[in-house]
Amino acid sequence: MRVYVPTPLRAYTGKKAKVDAEGSTLGEALTDLDRRHPGFRFRIIDEQDGIREHIKIFVNQQQVRDLAVPLRGGDEIQIICALSGG
Amino acid sequence: MGPLAVLIGSRKGAFILRGDRSRRAWKLSAPILLGNIVHHLVLDPRDGRTMLMAARTGHLGPTIFRSTDMGRSWKEARRPPAFPWAAEGQKGLVVDHVFWLSPGHPSETGVWYAGSSPPGLFRSDDGGVTWEGVAGFNEHPMRSSWVGEGQQGPPDGATLHSILIDPRDPSHIYLGISAGGFFESLDRGAGWKPLNKGCRADFIPIPDPEYGHDPHCVRLHPLMPDRLYHQNHCGIYRMERPEGRWIRIGDNMPKRVGDIGFPMVLHARDPDTVWVFPMDGTTVWPRVSPDGKPAAYVTRNAGRTWRRQDKGLPESQAWFTVKRQAMAADAHEPVGLYFGTTSGEIWGSRDEGEKWISLVSHLPEIYSVEVAELSR
Repeated sequence: MRVYVPTPLRAYTGKKAKVDAEGSTLGEALTDLDRRHPGFRFRIIDEQDGIREHIKIFVNQQQVRDLAVPLRGGDEIQIICALSGG
Repeated sequence: MGPLAVLIGSRKGAFILRGDRSRRAWKLSAPILLGNIVHHLVLDPRDGRTMLMAARTGHLGPTIFRSTDMGRSWKEARRPPAFPWAAEGQKGLVVDHVFWLSPGHPSETGVWYAGSSPPGLFRSDDGGVTWEGVAGFNEHPMRSSWVGEGQQGPPDGATLHSILIDPRDPSHIYLGISAGGFFESLDRGAGWKPLNKGCRADFIPIPDPEYGHDPHCVRLHPLMPDRLYHQNHCGIYRMERPEGRWIRIGDNMPKRVGDIGFPMVLHARDPDTVWVFPMDGTTVWPRVSPDGKPAAYVTRNAGRTWRRQDKGLPESQAWFTVKRQAMAADAHEPVGLYFGTTSGEIWGSRDEGEKWISLVSHLPEIYSVEVAELSR
């Protein structure tokens, strides 16, 4: 599946805005993403598996809040850095 | 002494201000990791090359960056400080930011300690590449009470700071929690006990509580490790070990200035000399220079008397704050002093605070200032 990466995280993806990941759940896809781009996951998911406060994740344009959300091949994941103040 | 570098952590990135051996010529680096919130930037004095930076951004979670080439390139820690996964059904702790970095004992190459918000103690054995929680503190049955979990803490969250290692014994460690108090371990972090006797906590309705105090900055003198100096929310203190009682040396400060502030700075060769930078802790606690007239105060006799040092600083209408990590000293002769302000200025003194000069202006809000002695 395809993952859209916001600018603050592109330091982990070699400046790529779109990268690939595999997994049957969002959690698995993010773990795979971290394997391919070490350090990526912890910047957006905390140690208790919570999505960080100013990060929003969308699957096929629907916001998700749980890493257990199932995924299918061809799904699109968008990671958005929401507003966080000046 | 050789050249030196003032390591600056700011709300919008880090900077390195390099000075020649005369401390008259200064050159500011370009911003490092611009846009990152940098709480602390520290060079390992043991190897003179490993630099750690505690950072996060508004969006992204907390991490630690490492450099081994004086800040030219940076690599993220492979496993940054994080609390353990909570058992099913329990609410686990989440590191909001890493606030404080302390290199370990000189005999323990590669060991570093980090303090976080919410208060947690972390240790690295490999120069900051990977970090583990110090379970003796983070999972201590009293930790939640000590740090006042669930209560309203400081505006940016309660922090663990002032991690001090006894130069005679790597197992002897102190730490401060704002708010929570000051604590001591004699077994390398396995067990902890409060060390707050004699220290006031005006915001707690219990006389002489065992914990809950608000240390802002605590320092241990390397040449006299049984002496501790302590800038607290409720005054300036000194403790002589093994006796464990704080003596309020801030009572000897001028009453119109008071003895509230954030930083506390030691003299490299004289354990009786200490600098503080008072702020207004009256009424609603403006936390700016009293009357808008900034000044350092120095004692040369371990706190019996204090003297104002404001030559060169603005004489009026200067309403900045100097945060707890934002003042430091070099080890030159005479000692040089440096502080950074919330309004983005770096001030320095080549003569132990007798005269101040502005070294840099227009930086972002400054969170930390450390001095690194360079070999070349």
